[in-house]
Amino acid sequence: MTNSWTDIRNTDLVIIMGGNAAEAHPCGFKWVTEAKANRGAKLIVVDPRFNRSASVADYYAPIRQGTDIAFLMGLINWCISNDKVQWAYTKAFTNATFIVKEGFEYQDGLFTGYDESKRDYNRDTWEYEIGPDGYAVVDDTLTHPRCVWNLLKQHVSVYTPEMVERICGTPKEKFLHIAQMIGECSSPTKTMTSMYALGWTQHSKGAQNIRGMAMLQLILGNIGVRGGGMNALRGHSNIQGLTDIGLLSNSLPGYLNLPTDKETDINVYMSTRGFKPLRPNQMSYWQNYRKFFVSFMKSMYGSAATAENNWAYDYLPKLDVPSYDILRMFDLMKQGKINVYFCQGFNPLQAFPNKAKLAEGLSKLKLLVVMDPLQTETARFWEDHGVFNKATPASIQTEVIQLPTTCFAEDEGSLVNSGRWLQWHWPGGSPPGEAKHDTWIMSQIFLRLKALYAKEGGAFPDPILNLSWNYKDPGEPSPEELAKEMNGSALVDVLDPVDPTKKVLEAGKLVSGFGVLRDDGTTAAGCWIYSGSYTEAGNMMARRDNSDPDATGAYLKWAFAWPANRRILYNRASCDLDGKPWDPSRKLIEWDGSKWTGYDVPDIAPTAKPQDVGPFIMNAEGTGRLFARKMMRDGPFPVHYEPFESPVANVIAPKIVGNPVARVFPDDWKQFAKTGTPDFPYAATTYRLTEHFHYWTKNNHVNAVLQPQQFVEISEELAREKGIEKGGWARVWSIRGEILAKAVVTKRIKPMTIDGKTVHVVGIPIHWGFVGAARKGFPANVLTPFVGDANIETPEFKAFLVNIEASTGPVA
Amino acid sequence: MFPPIPNPSVAPDAAKPRFGEKDIVRRSASEVTPPAERLTEVAKLIDVTKCIGCKACQAACLEWNNLTEEIGFNHGVYENPMDLTPNTFTLMRFTEWENPETENLEWLIRKDGCMHCEDPGCLKACPAPGAIVQYSNGIVDFQHANCIGCGYCIKGCPFNIPRISKVDHTAYKCTLCSDRVAVGQGPACQKACPTQAIVFGTKQEMKDWADFRIKDLKSRGFDNAGLYDPQGVGGTHVMYVLHHADTPSIYAGLPDNPTISPIVDAWKGVTKYVGLAVMGFAAAAGFLHYVVAGPNKVSAEDEENAEKLTEGTAPPPPDPAQSQGNTQHGSTP
Amino acid sequence: MTTAYDHKPETPDDVEPGDAVHPGHPVTVDRYTVGARINHWITATSLVLLALSGMALFTPRLFFLTSLFGGGQWTRAIHPWIGVVLFFSFLLLFVRFFKANLPAREDVTWVAHSADLLAGREEKMPEVGKYNAGQKFVFWSMSGLIIVLIASGVVMWDQYFYDLTTIEQKRIAILVHAIAAVCIICVWIIHVYAAIWVKGTIGAMTRGKVTGGWAWRHHRKWLRELVGKKPPRAPAE
Repeated sequence: MTNSWTDIRNTDLVIIMGGNAAEAHPCGFKWVTEAKANRGAKLIVVDPRFNRSASVADYYAPIRQGTDIAFLMGLINWCISNDKVQWAYTKAFTNATFIVKEGFEYQDGLFTGYDESKRDYNRDTWEYEIGPDGYAVVDDTLTHPRCVWNLLKQHVSVYTPEMVERICGTPKEKFLHIAQMIGECSSPTKTMTSMYALGWTQHSKGAQNIRGMAMLQLILGNIGVRGGGMNALRGHSNIQGLTDIGLLSNSLPGYLNLPTDKETDINVYMSTRGFKPLRPNQMSYWQNYRKFFVSFMKSMYGSAATAENNWAYDYLPKLDVPSYDILRMFDLMKQGKINVYFCQGFNPLQAFPNKAKLAEGLSKLKLLVVMDPLQTETARFWEDHGVFNKATPASIQTEVIQLPTTCFAEDEGSLVNSGRWLQWHWPGGSPPGEAKHDTWIMSQIFLRLKALYAKEGGAFPDPILNLSWNYKDPGEPSPEELAKEMNGSALVDVLDPVDPTKKVLEAGKLVSGFGVLRDDGTTAAGCWIYSGSYTEAGNMMARRDNSDPDATGAYLKWAFAWPANRRILYNRASCDLDGKPWDPSRKLIEWDGSKWTGYDVPDIAPTAKPQDVGPFIMNAEGTGRLFARKMMRDGPFPVHYEPFESPVANVIAPKIVGNPVARVFPDDWKQFAKTGTPDFPYAATTYRLTEHFHYWTKNNHVNAVLQPQQFVEISEELAREKGIEKGGWARVWSIRGEILAKAVVTKRIKPMTIDGKTVHVVGIPIHWGFVGAARKGFPANVLTPFVGDANIETPEFKAFLVNIEASTGPVA
Repeated sequence: MFPPIPNPSVAPDAAKPRFGEKDIVRRSASEVTPPAERLTEVAKLIDVTKCIGCKACQAACLEWNNLTEEIGFNHGVYENPMDLTPNTFTLMRFTEWENPETENLEWLIRKDGCMHCEDPGCLKACPAPGAIVQYSNGIVDFQHANCIGCGYCIKGCPFNIPRISKVDHTAYKCTLCSDRVAVGQGPACQKACPTQAIVFGTKQEMKDWADFRIKDLKSRGFDNAGLYDPQGVGGTHVMYVLHHADTPSIYAGLPDNPTISPIVDAWKGVTKYVGLAVMGFAAAAGFLHYVVAGPNKVSAEDEENAEKLTEGTAPPPPDPAQSQGNTQHGSTP
Repeated sequence: MTTAYDHKPETPDDVEPGDAVHPGHPVTVDRYTVGARINHWITATSLVLLALSGMALFTPRLFFLTSLFGGGQWTRAIHPWIGVVLFFSFLLLFVRFFKANLPAREDVTWVAHSADLLAGREEKMPEVGKYNAGQKFVFWSMSGLIIVLIASGVVMWDQYFYDLTTIEQKRIAILVHAIAAVCIICVWIIHVYAAIWVKGTIGAMTRGKVTGGWAWRHHRKWLRELVGKKPPRAPAE
């Protein structure tokens, strides 16, 4: 989230698209009802199904899954054509004025530089023209044909309301109604907030879905303001924390990233991470990358990380591929290339696509270790559960070890919510049986490994032997110790660079924020963005003061929000070029002539003059990006690509199947249904139900009572056509597998007309499996295709093809 | 405007419950002396238009009341279980309704459960003294120690709410969390509701809050938005805000004009008194007759006549032609 | 002297198996067999228990009667089962007695003279068979009301039959049950009162016998039939 849950109550218009907040985020959704009840805010829901969010919406429109980009580009096109643009904002705070390099082109769904054999682009032309002063060239008049604005205008011009209807199935008048509602928010005193979740991410172009809305929000002037923003609703209570501390194969904590095998030394690594400002005076905050990186390395390796050994740079693993994401790991497993898999708090047999492939991969492991508070299907993948999980245990040689862990209610620590709030919590109960904290288990394994390395040596024992492990009880670091380590501290006395006689921070003291981190090895911080969360003043995450001066929704004294306790990112953009709020009734911060003051922590330097410094401080331009340069693999502007499995060909680029740069493993091409195939005529999508949380709560009796049994949802029309009865059994199958489920026949799903063809939607909730209290069922991933987003490899769970027929149900 | 306080933060003081025996205004099958002072009436307001059907209330109800419902089946709808049960005091009911005026689909989601009527039909129907009580704050509560499991409350209820347990054979329904309210807390469902579709307070506060909500709904084009506080049962202590208050029955059969059934009224009213009177009259008539007419005794003459008959010397039966009362069964002589 | 009775081709409807006259001083008449008496008293006990338990649930003033049955829960649970016993017990009685309770022509006269009966002017009454019109009224009222009661009772018996009917149907059933119960209790009062009032009657249902004088006085036609058919024929006939 750029904003916070509590800020949603400040909005005038909520659009829920690519998510179903009422269903999947019922507690956070309260802020939507607050905005509606107290501000008269309106709610728009765009979804293939009339869902729980739609049940309280002011306006609902259907959309075919996987066509959000067409819809969003259509909205941008409509806003541009109808002058629904917040011009002052767009000109000053976006890269609309920037001139793009000559040679950049877009044609037939592809940008310049596409190499079909590599399924990748040469992205060199996707850049700004750099002037003789070393800065990007801009055209404030927006007349240059290659300025971003004109390129954007041209790019979106194909997405007319008629085209949107052809692609998305959204009736033109409904689309126009929504466009008008949204267009009103181009006023500086009206804001729209976007709430989305996996309905946008779980596509082969998920990142571009989100970019599409971010671009719209930028031209409406809705980023950085109260009641605006791009608000990703995180699906786990701490999934935000997972990405923050870099639990991805190519990440380091605080959105630093792991070197590739081409970056053999630190200077090469740092050369692409200098982030020189592209416009004068800009903060380009990533210029401080080295400080964060060195502080991280000091935190990891302590005294073993020295200037001489480049802060132990060689200890870091180097990536030979863009990432060892989960899809790739399971593909490697299937190839027999993985021996041991440690599965901590994760149930991939349910959570990743193509269950058959996953099970095959797990069967080829030598050892599978599952750390989880609950029984998981993954830990029991080898058990035979009839139709629900066919397996021949005798033929599976994988040794499985289950290590029971504590659950959130038995742990102390912080959870990071969608609004980036680190909220400390205390255990509510004692762990049952042999359950141990994850920290205990990991420490015990580490200490034993370290002893083995110490005894036996090995090819390169240094990263293990030198890992900093200074805890009171090495066998189980305490949550406070870990929190303080992530916050960071001074290793020696830190002196003021301007006046070295002045001590900024005494050795051993916790840092108060990332501003004091150094690249000379004098500070350590495990996760720079968390600096300030546990300071000498105490545990900021444990604060529970819910005072909120002038009811802005900021709650600065409640817990801690990264970065720097800032509640709304890019909050400088809430003010005009003179530093005055666009909407005085929704003041967030304000330039008082000498400094920034207000309700939130300003994201630019407190004394940075409003005319000089742009609000988007993490970007080298200082502006938001309508044109993403070469930072996205699949294009600087979002393009409508069909899902890999689609009932219709791509209307704007008929030859392109799926996202042209999404990675597909060779075996998986064979497991995709062909576009428009009569064998799999129905557009399927998967989703959560509010009664359940993923695959956990089926272990809980109460949740199992509320939704006891697996079902699929279909329209009355499809049910009639197929002779499927309400409450009867249906068999749903894709090219990869089949499920049997009860049929919920509903008016809430209606057939859509796509490019003249009737397309039926089949909705498949995800929560069932073969362990737990609820009735046995099939995980939806039996059906889903093994392909991910082109940039971040989130699997395409939301759009694929199936067939359906009436069934008599599973044989017990 | 009533501030939407999710839970009154009052320290529980179990030693001094806020209401109890002394506040009972009605007690089933009993006469009570109404308390001198009536407590402020409380009410739960369920704003159907804010409800997202998440069933948190249903879960909270099960948890707080320590109820174990069976794990059922899917029947092609979102409801589960399919009806209220002795363990499910509250149930989300889902209706897919196509608005004939706008042709838009509306998914009407209503939390079903006891309405805590001002004039409770269950209490009226109940034959067991003290099995159902009504407190002066409006809460209608079942006292299981006194319940005999006859199920009359089900027939008395205009909303089809109470259910008899097959385990202990007593009737169960929402208590409005009388145990929580007694110590200053709101009901568990209300505490759990994430969107404050359920609010709890004094009845007047709830009505004011409803007015505020109805204004908002009218501004959104729901011209018939209104409060459901049916006067047929004297008003209720669980009320709904409905977008279509003109047709409550579209919300999964919420009664349009609920009243205690006239049959129940007849049964618990006139039948009871007339019945007792008739039976009493019959007994009294017999007694009086006996006193006045004396016993009907067999005389010695009767015995003699019988003897004569057996001996064949008795007079023949009177001729039917002479006596209309003496007829022959079978053939005539 | 022969009478018409000697030539009757078959036993009259109101002569039941076991009915017999024993000449002597006084004459005794067998009115009810052991089986009929046991059957009657099971029915009678059931009816009394049903009335007591039913009235306990009918009106709060009589709720104290539930203590006779071990409390409200037991009363509620046991009442319908007693009803079942009553129903089947009465069904047997019905089979035994219905023939003798078929209407006869003298019933009309009897009813017309019922005021005389109450006033003690028995001599003005017509000669009647085993049962007079009043007894027949009791019999048929009981039969009808028991059918109504068992049928409405099943509708109300939520423990086993809750799902078979709607609540509205159950409401009607309760009302009907209550009204029928009041009626049957009144009928019962008439029945019991008649037995008390008419001396010599109770013996019929206890020892199975009445005196000849009793039969002469109250059921002369029946007595004549019995005398006429003497000696009693084998029950098999």
